[in-house]
Amino acid sequence: MLQLVWLIPLLPLAGATVNGLWRNKQFAPLIAVGTASLSFLMASLVFLALMRGEPTVTVHLYEWMEVGSFHIDIAFLVDPLSAIMLMVVTGVGSLVHIYSMGYMHDDDGSPRFFSYLNLFMFFMLVLVLADNYLLMFVGWEGVGLCSYLLIGFWYQRPAAADAGKKAFIVNRIGDAGFLLGTFTLFTTYGSLRYADIFPQAGIATEATLTIITLLLFIGAVGKSAQIPLYVWLPDAMEGPTPVSALIHAATMVTAGVYMVARSNALYLLAPFSMEVVAVIGTVTALFAATIALVQTDIKRVLAYSTVSQLGFMFLACGVGAFIPAMFHLFTHAFFKGLLFLGAGSVIHACSGEQDIRKMGGLARAIPTTHKTFLIGTIAIAGLPPLAGFWSKDEILAATFQSGHFALFGAALLAATLTAFYMFRLLFLTFYGTSRVLPEALHHLHESPQSMTLPLAILAGFSAVIGLLVGFPPGRGWLHHFLLPVAGAETGHHLSLSTELVLMSLSVFAASLGLGLAFLFYIKRQALPLMWTERVPGFYRTLCNKYWVDEIYDAMLIQPLKGFSHLLWRFDQVVIDGLVNFSGWITLQEGEASSIVDRSVIDGLLDGLSSSLNACAGFLRRLQTGAVQHYFLVMVAGVVAFAIIFAV
Amino acid sequence: MTTPPALSLLVILPESILTLLASFIFVVEPFVPKKKKAWIGRLSVVGLLLSGLTIIPLVGRDITAFAGMITLDAYALLFKGILLLIAAAVVTLSFRYVRVEKIEIGEYYGLILFATVGAMLLAASTDLLSIYLSLELMSISFYVLAAFMRKDPKSVESGIKYFLTGVFTSGIILYGIALLYGMAGTTHLGAISAYLSSQEAISPLYVVAIILLIAGVGFKIAAVPFHMWAPDVYEGAPTPVTAFLSTGSKIAVFAAFIRILMTGLHFDPSHFGPLGDLKNWGWLLWWVAALTMTFGNIAALTQTNFKRLLAYSSIAQSGYLLIGLVAASETGRIAVLIYAIAYALMTLGAFATSILLCDKNSRGDQISDFQGVARQHPAIAAAFVIFALSLVGIPPTAGFIGKLYLFNAAIQEGFYSLAVIGILNSVVSLYYYFKIIVAMYMEEAEEERVLSVSRPELAVLAAMAIGTLLLGLYPEAMIRMVMTSVQIFS
Repeated sequence: MLQLVWLIPLLPLAGATVNGLWRNKQFAPLIAVGTASLSFLMASLVFLALMRGEPTVTVHLYEWMEVGSFHIDIAFLVDPLSAIMLMVVTGVGSLVHIYSMGYMHDDDGSPRFFSYLNLFMFFMLVLVLADNYLLMFVGWEGVGLCSYLLIGFWYQRPAAADAGKKAFIVNRIGDAGFLLGTFTLFTTYGSLRYADIFPQAGIATEATLTIITLLLFIGAVGKSAQIPLYVWLPDAMEGPTPVSALIHAATMVTAGVYMVARSNALYLLAPFSMEVVAVIGTVTALFAATIALVQTDIKRVLAYSTVSQLGFMFLACGVGAFIPAMFHLFTHAFFKGLLFLGAGSVIHACSGEQDIRKMGGLARAIPTTHKTFLIGTIAIAGLPPLAGFWSKDEILAATFQSGHFALFGAALLAATLTAFYMFRLLFLTFYGTSRVLPEALHHLHESPQSMTLPLAILAGFSAVIGLLVGFPPGRGWLHHFLLPVAGAETGHHLSLSTELVLMSLSVFAASLGLGLAFLFYIKRQALPLMWTERVPGFYRTLCNKYWVDEIYDAMLIQPLKGFSHLLWRFDQVVIDGLVNFSGWITLQEGEASSIVDRSVIDGLLDGLSSSLNACAGFLRRLQTGAVQHYFLVMVAGVVAFAIIFAV
Repeated sequence: MTTPPALSLLVILPESILTLLASFIFVVEPFVPKKKKAWIGRLSVVGLLLSGLTIIPLVGRDITAFAGMITLDAYALLFKGILLLIAAAVVTLSFRYVRVEKIEIGEYYGLILFATVGAMLLAASTDLLSIYLSLELMSISFYVLAAFMRKDPKSVESGIKYFLTGVFTSGIILYGIALLYGMAGTTHLGAISAYLSSQEAISPLYVVAIILLIAGVGFKIAAVPFHMWAPDVYEGAPTPVTAFLSTGSKIAVFAAFIRILMTGLHFDPSHFGPLGDLKNWGWLLWWVAALTMTFGNIAALTQTNFKRLLAYSSIAQSGYLLIGLVAASETGRIAVLIYAIAYALMTLGAFATSILLCDKNSRGDQISDFQGVARQHPAIAAAFVIFALSLVGIPPTAGFIGKLYLFNAAIQEGFYSLAVIGILNSVVSLYYYFKIIVAMYMEEAEEERVLSVSRPELAVLAAMAIGTLLLGLYPEAMIRMVMTSVQIFS
């Protein structure tokens, strides 16, 4: 069974190729959903086989290139870590495909859309299945490309096209880091295969390992939208909502976390890098959560929330808790996928409106969406017994256990904020009085079944999956499953009483957020306005997202533009000048050689015989003498070589 | 050393089929009505494929025939296969082109077949005389083919220029051969090699002979400073002929050149000592390679005619191929062969794009003809992007794998500066290839043009594009084939 694992990425690739070439509007969704679901089926079989205890295998397909000591195979690694990712990618991927059948039904470009979506699945699966860093990089770049294509899917809209470009360019910075990290890995270990690197990770010095891990982390920061490279993700919401759910919430953005978890053997030997990862993660979690407090676009709230949740995952990685990080990645994929798809359903119902100030009271109009959205909100807020509680609690506990008390405090605050902004979103959208614009009001309708079904399935998972795989905390099934690959020594377990105290702290944080949101947006709706007036400076800072985009523009983009302009001028003046100069030289040379032709060559020919002269004259009339010129150069070449080498 | 005549004929079986077919075409051509000329083209493709089929039972044999003039080994067979495929593609690409350009005459196909025979024999020759004769058979066919559009002054100019410079070069090559013969008393490569190992000192005449040979070969592969004919000839000749000239002819000459260097002259890294010693003539190749890459790429930057641009690009590509020869190791030879295959695919593909764009109003050879193609014919534009990526050497294309092997071979033998020159040149080449992509994707056509693309042409284009991608993604089979074929030199 495991030997057939190559079929899992190949099926979506086949779907992408067929849909890309044969743009049939009727069959495109069926082909895409078919290949994605088949791929999911295969992934489940692989997953079950691993669960039954089949050993980890490397499926070697063929040798891609071998040059000297540089050797790269196309080979897939099937182990618990990649199996978990397989389930997330193909599972959420298939549901998003099904959802898109309804969501993209009226779009003329739907074959193109499904082709890109399938292509994304292919690259993402290559990324998680790769058995070496270079193949992972192929997938890494591939998902970046698909992300660009899908964000800019509605390329007629300037905002979408710009957002696509922004995502691509910002990601390039991270990718450069990843690539440099890969180079350093190769020069250090002489191989890029995980199986060659991890067992002998210790042969490198700590300084080298720190450099490698930090470079790789730069890649992760770009892909997983952490400070300072998170700016592309909120803008990426210009893409179709299913894309936001699949790529910018459940799968692609978690690639950075996966990569760090995959490289845990390296990170564990570089304590400084671990600190950096933890601090960046925590700061991002808190920072993005504060921005999410005041956003009014339903998708942007979720985008900042994603950035914040990814921060939690990196925090877990940074304190050595790779399994809780993967656990949170796993649960987050379900509830964030659910929330995005729910948001899509809301937008669909409101005729494309995304501003939550123009929603409200939708609970009755779109009941299924409301119920599932509610489940997703509770899950992400971290209220027991839904999925998010278990994974977030583990991260908090691990942070506490590792002795990073400051980070623990910040993370707890971020958790409170999470509950607050998520319930704020829920209340403003579904409860209270309706602020829906009249023209959208009579279009208000529940989405078709192809959209609500994935919502229901994801809601089911969001509700129980945490309890299912993560109970009891720290010793759940997932821990045992992942222990062989991400088994950082957890040291002594916390005592039961500490654990209970931590758990109640985390519940308290979530409840506090919920309570405050209830107070602000249901009970006393004048409060938000009051607060914005009381701290106008802070409010404006948040509304403008700390002016980060503006700061980047002033500090990086404008100087770069100036520099490019300078280079352009240089090009205009110096390079073009050189080209013109060489053109001038050639002209002069032509003149000179024609003089040589006329005087020397022709003279010689004249002297030799008049018939040859006539011939040359004929040729010159036909050819303006250029052929003699060619001969001259050739002979000059031979003579020059003879002088250099033979004399 | 004597091989029975029957076996000798078996050795040249693929060539014999083509020769018979070509002769047949020349005889029946006048009797074929004007409307039916297309059948001659189709017949030629069938003949080429048939000839390719006869290669299959010959695989794995190692026979020398005609008193050591011609050999049949894995190396020759690999090149024969490549050349046949190139010729089949060129003939297929000609179907519509000759109709549009009103040169639908049977001899056109006959000459292509003769040129193919010459190219194939070139790859199989083990004697300087048979090498020279095959080279002439190929070249003379090309002289006529280049001037085939006889009502177009540019084509006539192209043919005459190629003829004049080509004949001049033949003299140079013959002179080199004569000098070698004068010294060694033989023209057989094996015997020359035996003579060289018996000698202790190297005479200046020997080096002069080598310089003359390199000049002759350098002309055929358009290496600087023997390249001047290439842009004029490439521009004027009918585009399928240009495509054949830049791929088939060049690859066949490379095949013969590698054999001369390896079997005849024992070329190896020991030829790269300090200058001043006669033994160290290897630097000659080094300089030709470096000059060729650099000159070709820089001159291509300002071209506005697509065929002229590809001519300079093809000069530059010869320079890359020479890197593998300079490295003079087994890796180097493997790299040359891999890159030659990649080069054939991507260059033919690029010319095929130009042929597809040719119609009654325009020849499809100006860069402005490429404007807005992406909008009207996205598949053609996409195929060209693949060829351009491959020509620059960007993964996942065949050109990337080829360059990887070439530069690696250079680095392994310590020619760091040559590898750096090659890589810098690749960067330069990005500019002019992408100029065409920009024209296709970012610029609008001045007028709407509906192309009457035919299925055979599209099939060739698709085959080249898929081949370029496939060899980039799955090069293992090709590399294994190439490795066995260069075994004959070790």
